[in-house]
Amino acid sequence: MKRYSAFAVAREALRYHMGWERAWASPEPKKKYDVIIVGAGGHGLATAYYLGRNFGITNVAVLEKGWLGGGNTGRNTTIIRSNYLQDPSAAIYEKSRSLYETLSQDLNYNVMYSPRGVMMLAQTQHEIRGYERTAHANALQGVSTEFISPSRVKELVPIINIDGPRYPVLGALWQPRAGTARHDAVAWGYARACSAMGMHIIQKCEVTGISREGGKVTGVTTNRGDIACDKLGIVVAGHSGHLADMAGFRLPVESVALQALVSEPIKPCMDVVVMANTVHGYMSQSDKGEMVIGGGADGYNNFTQRGSFHHIEETVRALIETFPMISRLKMLRQWGGIVDMTGDRSPILSRTPVEGVFINCGWGTGGFKAIPGSGWGFAELMAKGHAPLCDEFSLNRFREGRFIDESVAAGVAH
Amino acid sequence: MLILTCPCCGVTAEETEFHPGGEAHVKRFGPGSNDDEFHSYLFEKVNPKGVHFERWRHANGCGKWFNAARCTVTLEVFGTYSAQTTEPPQDIKDKISAKRPGWSWREFA
Amino acid sequence: MSTRLANGGRLLNRGKPLEFTFNGKHLRGVEGDTLASALLANDQMLVGRSFKYHRPRGIVASGGEEPNALVGLGENGRFEPNQRVTTTELFDGLTCASQNHWPSLEFDVGAVNAKLSRFLPAGFYYKMFIHPRPFWKHIYEPIIRQSAGLGKAPRDRDQDSYEHFYAFYDVVVIGGGVAGLQAARAAGAAGAKVLLMEQTPHWGGRAPVDGGTVDGQPVDKFVDEIVSELETMANVTLRTRMMGAGVYDHGYMLGYERLNDHRPDAAGPRHRLWRIRAAQIVTATGAIERPLSFAGNDIPGVMLASAVRDYVVNYGVSIGDRTVIVTNNDDAYRTAITLKKQGLEVPVILDARASGGGALADEARALGIRIENGKAIAKVKGGKRVEGVAICLQAGEGAVLEEVKCDAIAMSGGWSPVVHLWSHCGGKLLWDDEKAMFRPDVDNPPTGADGARFVLPAGAADGEMHLPRVLENANAAGRAAAQAAGHASKPGTLPVGETQDEAPITPVWMMPQGAGIKLRMKAWLDYQNDVKVSDVQLAAREGFESVEHAKRYTTLGMATDQGKLSNINGLAILSDTLGQAIPQTGTTTFRPPYTPISLASIAGPARDATFQPLRRTPMHGWHEANGAYFEPVGAWRRPYCFQKAGESITDAVQREVKATRDSLGLLDASTLGKIIVKGPDAGRFLDMLYTNMMSNLKPGRCRYGLMCNENGFLMDDGVVARLDDDTFLCHTTTGGADSIHAHMEEWLQTEWWDWKVYTANVTEQYAQIAVVGPKARKVLEKLTDDDVSADALSFMGWKDITLAGITARAYRISFSGELSYEVAVPASQGRALWDALLAAGKEFGVTPYGTEALHIMRAEKGFIMIGDETDGTVIPQDLGLDWAISKKKEDYLGKRAQERSHMTDPTRWKLVGLQTLDGSTLPDGAYATADGTNANGQRNVQGRVTSSYHSPTLGRGIAMGLVLNGPARMGDVLDFPKVDGTVIKAKIVDPIFYDKDGEKQNV
Repeated sequence: MKRYSAFAVAREALRYHMGWERAWASPEPKKKYDVIIVGAGGHGLATAYYLGRNFGITNVAVLEKGWLGGGNTGRNTTIIRSNYLQDPSAAIYEKSRSLYETLSQDLNYNVMYSPRGVMMLAQTQHEIRGYERTAHANALQGVSTEFISPSRVKELVPIINIDGPRYPVLGALWQPRAGTARHDAVAWGYARACSAMGMHIIQKCEVTGISREGGKVTGVTTNRGDIACDKLGIVVAGHSGHLADMAGFRLPVESVALQALVSEPIKPCMDVVVMANTVHGYMSQSDKGEMVIGGGADGYNNFTQRGSFHHIEETVRALIETFPMISRLKMLRQWGGIVDMTGDRSPILSRTPVEGVFINCGWGTGGFKAIPGSGWGFAELMAKGHAPLCDEFSLNRFREGRFIDESVAAGVAH
Repeated sequence: MLILTCPCCGVTAEETEFHPGGEAHVKRFGPGSNDDEFHSYLFEKVNPKGVHFERWRHANGCGKWFNAARCTVTLEVFGTYSAQTTEPPQDIKDKISAKRPGWSWREFA
Repeated sequence: MSTRLANGGRLLNRGKPLEFTFNGKHLRGVEGDTLASALLANDQMLVGRSFKYHRPRGIVASGGEEPNALVGLGENGRFEPNQRVTTTELFDGLTCASQNHWPSLEFDVGAVNAKLSRFLPAGFYYKMFIHPRPFWKHIYEPIIRQSAGLGKAPRDRDQDSYEHFYAFYDVVVIGGGVAGLQAARAAGAAGAKVLLMEQTPHWGGRAPVDGGTVDGQPVDKFVDEIVSELETMANVTLRTRMMGAGVYDHGYMLGYERLNDHRPDAAGPRHRLWRIRAAQIVTATGAIERPLSFAGNDIPGVMLASAVRDYVVNYGVSIGDRTVIVTNNDDAYRTAITLKKQGLEVPVILDARASGGGALADEARALGIRIENGKAIAKVKGGKRVEGVAICLQAGEGAVLEEVKCDAIAMSGGWSPVVHLWSHCGGKLLWDDEKAMFRPDVDNPPTGADGARFVLPAGAADGEMHLPRVLENANAAGRAAAQAAGHASKPGTLPVGETQDEAPITPVWMMPQGAGIKLRMKAWLDYQNDVKVSDVQLAAREGFESVEHAKRYTTLGMATDQGKLSNINGLAILSDTLGQAIPQTGTTTFRPPYTPISLASIAGPARDATFQPLRRTPMHGWHEANGAYFEPVGAWRRPYCFQKAGESITDAVQREVKATRDSLGLLDASTLGKIIVKGPDAGRFLDMLYTNMMSNLKPGRCRYGLMCNENGFLMDDGVVARLDDDTFLCHTTTGGADSIHAHMEEWLQTEWWDWKVYTANVTEQYAQIAVVGPKARKVLEKLTDDDVSADALSFMGWKDITLAGITARAYRISFSGELSYEVAVPASQGRALWDALLAAGKEFGVTPYGTEALHIMRAEKGFIMIGDETDGTVIPQDLGLDWAISKKKEDYLGKRAQERSHMTDPTRWKLVGLQTLDGSTLPDGAYATADGTNANGQRNVQGRVTSSYHSPTLGRGIAMGLVLNGPARMGDVLDFPKVDGTVIKAKIVDPIFYDKDGEKQNV
């Protein structure tokens, strides 16, 4: 792999950029791999990357039905934060956030991690208490957050209206090292690094069956032939239930549409990410200048990648109330993603009833921010059979009633 | 943005008049059930790409719950019917079979 | 130079001059102008700068597809960035300014990027700025952000208002060109209720500009007649300045009506968002011309051939005196002919097709225009405006044959149907090789609730570019739509169009065909985002082979025009580079809206005071008038406390607690949920709902109950009163009123539907006032003749009484630990009773109190609060509420769940009181630390604070918390670190801090 740098760009410029090599190879599938990951989204690619980097397992194929990074990795609002309440969540999201800090250097690919700070507004007494609790928990979890005053909120976000009238801003949970990154670059950067380790990323390869013998996985059937493996990781977001069916087990997951929109680009006017959960909306400004706005999820199963417009209306109304200056901006584009909701709205990173099959799913609305941490933990789980970052997120927790519920502190999981 | 017809009051209305309530025809397991039964009842919801039976409440209307048969991929609504039944009525099943050949009740892909 | 011609301009009212300013320059236009035509009439060719390289940008189109000419429009509360000049109607006094440059449009420092463009190819930022790490946030990103973005951020609150319409139609026709008009006529004639919308202020679309005849008359005449006819049809609604913004599932669609953009001082809302349910939608949205990819095709003065024609015919504006035409199809000849007939020079028509054009070419030749077949543009000369072209062979590599001076270039690469609205909801596309376009695949349409098609394309939007066939196609679409909506169609009038036949198009994706890298690096695909042919090719070489990858890597089509001009050309270049056919590469997904719509129109009228509905108790007005500091609780606003003049919130709360404990307090408890549960099976039903037994409650008595969800977690609590054998009244928390009622109905309707139970949520039917404190009975006695003594109305009893002449029900329940009556009266009498109690209580120093005093008093008594002690993961057993969990019942909601291993785990944290050693108040939400760290390096914890207050009664901090083995560890001291790291020590104590034996409430 040729290294990327300003020097390399200058050198190639002299050759009119005719000398760049492919970012990732496009090989034919082999007959067998040690590990197959189904799904070349951020989580699948990160898992492969850390299998190689941390455990030296490089005989790995990542199979993708469509194009890598073409699912929710490339259709989210790119928020990265770790100010979660419960220990297991804070652990994996903070691991993730800290990996994001150096991801550009690790991958030699600029993923544009921008630790610009994320604030979650408290607009009810209940939210104040919830966020104060989170700040206390975070302090013991090694997550740096603080509860800040309305005047500090205004200082950080001059365009905000803190005086209401309906829901005055009473304070905010502030995580200064949280931020955003360029979503596509995360998938592309991992893919390039995996390819450089000799792993096979096979696009347009749809898994149609999972072969088992004596309760143990032996390989997969695909539209490009049968491929054998010792271990299989299923990391396919909206299609998890479908793949679990093939492997013969069921998941506590339902898929719903979550929506987002962007405005036309304007010059910089907001440096941090603001989430307002009482009124249901969150907003940041992309490097390109678009106001990136996250909306609500439908409550019914839906695989269309289209959502219901009334969520957009509710979100925009809330954000105009919070940021009156956006009123005359225009919505450029709205889109939907299919998100998997589990019984407690927290993800599943787990072994399964089939030996050798591992599942990583159920990220709900929080998937993008978790990519590096999820990959790190899931790689360890697949390599060693258990991993501290994943153990609490097992499938068994529902059976035991051991929920990891983040909605409890008003911090809805976006 | 779905439109649904409430089988109780007969009104055809916007999605915003209704409240979704998850999978229909789930059998409740209470005290005395084993762990598998209880876990399956509470958590192992079907999540089909295709025909789905689900509960809705006409929350901003007559207030009644009902069931709908709907395709989660095309959002086609095959029909709505009383919530007070343990399986979909025959006419709904027939309608689905006509539109989705090979489909059968409780056999999800 | 561009200028206003002496004649022409079918849309102008030359008698009405208008004044406007651009970058502070005073300019003149006339009524009927768009801002684009007015700028061009004033020779304002340069109107903006591109996104990445800050290249000079001129107007390239005449409609919503314009990528370049965006301005900041208006000022202050009416300022709007990124307004397209081509869709902005000129009005007197309009002010606007160009964007994305510093210090000026003419001299832009950012244009240095253009000099460096060779070093800034597609995706360069993924490969650079990696080291050193802190530089991205502190240096690179701020520079990139400052350089990117387009318009200025608005600063002021929007001065205008907005509204929503809700509408229902059989057939909605989007697009008021000849196709849309004919489709609407056909659907209307069949009897369908029709809405026809047109995004511009004018009917007829392009056809009047393009020529030809309908029924032997000029197209303009036909348009006038059909509009008049439609206006007389009662079942047809016509709207101009209204765009079909998006098509959603089940026939839902948005119409974006710009009511006052062209007359900002007029009364009424600025935009109106129509939220429409249509049985059928006809997309008669026309087609958009494609640019050609030749070197220098982005220089101001290079324009779409159709736009050049529009400006001449519609607005009497010429783009240049000498216009070179470059094309791969016959349509651009219409521009040449129009210009020539206007007396303008057309030095040459470069037709990339070796075989040349058809009848239109003959007409042009007859006018004396030079036509060069098989020729192309090698390069455009000029910087901020076109100065000439270098001509080459299309088949070659760009060797210059000849240079021709010109000041404008009209280009046409063919036409792309506007398929956006067809595609929004899943309509598929077909590649038509012959016409070189994607058009709707009518066999794979968007489908609605019934699984049947609900969108039909018509006219040019269906790929029909020839006038007679456009009309036939649209007529059929209108009839089919009406029929599908249940209106049997009658064969109506089918107008006959006539126009010249056209020779076939030859696809030209790159000009010349063998252009070398230096030319490809100057051939723009996306003008706004600065994506060139070479960028897409680079993406393909680097493995970004899917159209989504290439688009995201290069940013092609991601500008404010969403690729209306660039997507197909980019896709073709990508396919070409990959050596595959265009349909194999596929298209990107079309997302709403068609062109950007204001956020304010989406929000509609709901802002400020009307942002959300406000629930008010009957006493709300009194609270407002008496210093209430409100807190939002659901849709209610409840008084947190009542501040007296000069009093702090903390002091007010402390005063309210003291006054209530000492004498008499009043709480407006009307927001508490009140649900009637009635019927022969009501007791049985409540036994399932509550963890404790309710069926054995005696009429006249009250009982505190806990409600869990099926997952076992505590979800609500409240006092249940049995009104008679058949009837219970269940009190819920304020936030729980609606959800608990819904929860009851859910179980009744979907699980126990044969049980005879009715429920009614009567929360708003009653006002409820808690009369609390040692003097509570005394004040009631002043207002009633009924016996409210301890014997007649004992603790946890209720009784109907007449109070201050009002029929009331008094519940002897207490959430404060004091002698307390909660009195419910019909809502209409609430304020009267409140006033009567205030008057009667005057002698006792009656003190209205708010939610915070309520919280403190319940915490002093060790009562739990849903939402404080519970958080959705807490079960009643955690809170020492085992006494409220029936051991006798076989079943209740949550019982089975509470048998799961984690729920019965003896190490679950349990409720205790916490008392700081120094008397201070523990911070809300603080955790008690334990030794060591867990496997993830997080500090181990053994408990947390769930409620914490300064108790005015005890004069020190009190708290409740959940602690590991808490009840067995009375007296143990725990460490609670604050967020600043300092530690507060607190002792585990009984959670009841005040009147442990309950003597005060039971007197």
